[in-house]
Amino acid sequence: MKQNRTSNILLALYVALVFVFIFAPILFSLVFSLNSQRFPTIPLGSFSTEWYSKIWNDPDVWRAVMNSVIVSSCTAVVATTLGFCTAYTDFRYNFRFKGLYLALILLPPTIPLIIMALAMLAWLSRLGLSGQLWSIILAHSVLTAPFAMAIIRLRLHQMDPDLEAAAWNLGGSEWQTMRHVILPFCAPAIVSSLCLTAAVSFDEFAVSWFVSGLNKTVPVAILEIVQGNIDPQVNAIGTFVFLTSMTLVVLAQVFLFSRQIKSHS
Amino acid sequence: MPAKKSIDLYALTWRVPIILWQLLFFVGPVLFMVAISFFVVKNYRMTEAFEFVNWQKMLSRSYFWDSYWYTLFIASFSASVAMIVAFPAAWALAFRASDALRRWAVFLLIIPFFTSYLVRTFSWYVILAESGVLNAMLGFVGLGPFTMLNTHFGTVVGYLTLTLPLAVILQTVTMANIDKTLIEAARNLGCKPLATIWRVVLPLSKTGFIIAALFCFILSFGDFVAPFYLGGSQEPTLPILILDTTKSGQQWPRAAVVAIMMMLTLFTIAFTAIALAYRKPKGAK
Repeated sequence: MKQNRTSNILLALYVALVFVFIFAPILFSLVFSLNSQRFPTIPLGSFSTEWYSKIWNDPDVWRAVMNSVIVSSCTAVVATTLGFCTAYTDFRYNFRFKGLYLALILLPPTIPLIIMALAMLAWLSRLGLSGQLWSIILAHSVLTAPFAMAIIRLRLHQMDPDLEAAAWNLGGSEWQTMRHVILPFCAPAIVSSLCLTAAVSFDEFAVSWFVSGLNKTVPVAILEIVQGNIDPQVNAIGTFVFLTSMTLVVLAQVFLFSRQIKSHS
Repeated sequence: MPAKKSIDLYALTWRVPIILWQLLFFVGPVLFMVAISFFVVKNYRMTEAFEFVNWQKMLSRSYFWDSYWYTLFIASFSASVAMIVAFPAAWALAFRASDALRRWAVFLLIIPFFTSYLVRTFSWYVILAESGVLNAMLGFVGLGPFTMLNTHFGTVVGYLTLTLPLAVILQTVTMANIDKTLIEAARNLGCKPLATIWRVVLPLSKTGFIIAALFCFILSFGDFVAPFYLGGSQEPTLPILILDTTKSGQQWPRAAVVAIMMMLTLFTIAFTAIALAYRKPKGAK
């Protein structure tokens, strides 16, 4: 196919523009966080770490970070466990109402978070479970389990189904086969799922805001600062949040894809 | 597979946890929300009842319907913009980029999807402000300043922050899976480039594109951050209505009515879209 040079350049420029739009807010947040101006604009003010030292010395921010770390790590473990069980069931078994079964786990992300937030708030306060850190963990594990399930299912898809049968034939019980064949095979996907679900939970604000009561997580703290006024502290916290979740997402992808490429070559 | 026992403990271990968990913390909350839409609020306390008063109150108010149609409109509009803006980029990534470059692009585009939307919105707030970065840049070339915050434009920029990466990813993956020989065949038979897109590429990627548009719509329809912070909530969308009704005044039952109306709308649109997406084209076997 003969390809037009100018059209290639124009398309490349267009793709670059789209990427600029998508990444501009992330980059600007980083730049603003190191900028002395209270209301950042161009030309930029001087370089300053004022906002970072401010949040560093703010006990509220520390408490929020601690809460977020607890919530996202617990969510990651619960969601990944649930996701693994479901992915394995989907991989191994066929049964009646399987469609319904899968819908049960895959549906939550399609429902707007604000609706989940309201429903969770009403239900958890009815059960007397709202306003606690673990109320957020309960809610987040429902929201993130589908991601865990998808990642682990993807990995199981690459496994030769005969592998399990071979292990049985060699005298392994189902439990031993799970322990020595399937779990090791899924290990990279499990690590990847832990990272990804932690990242989603770490960033989620709507449900956390509704059910957390006084236990603010980082995004809820940001939400409350932003409601007040323009405060460049948000950029500093935001940069920290970006770095955390980006690290988690990149780790997740590295674990998932590097093994995939190896196993295919 | 081993012979089926009457109770297979091993199978149940993997099957049951999610059923219990989702019944307790997903189906339970959603059904309970439907239930409370019939409860009544007396002296700021919610009491169990079965009355239609909340439904009647909400659905007879014009502010509810204004908000309903506005949300429907702005979410569809922004989903269309996302799809159109994404298309040339996705096309370039699918057909002109090398496999390695495309994988890198998708890898990068996945990242913002999992990073704080709230902080990105706040960043837009600073960029789009009257004395913000964008107006300062436009000022250098003698334009502006434009009012971009607290407008529909602001809302749509916020929605696009959420949906554009997703639209590009889904479109790219869809088009990259098209059999390239079909496109070459069309070109060899004398089909012009634009006609090739219209008559070969688009029909072949119909399913993926409808799913992509549906996701863009769902995400915009349910988001309260963009219309609240960038759109100034002058015209409240349904999510803002839920937020206001829940947070101020403890009117959970009325918020539940709004939420249920939103879910019904989403389900209707999702089912229609999915039916369209998987419908066989006319004349095909």
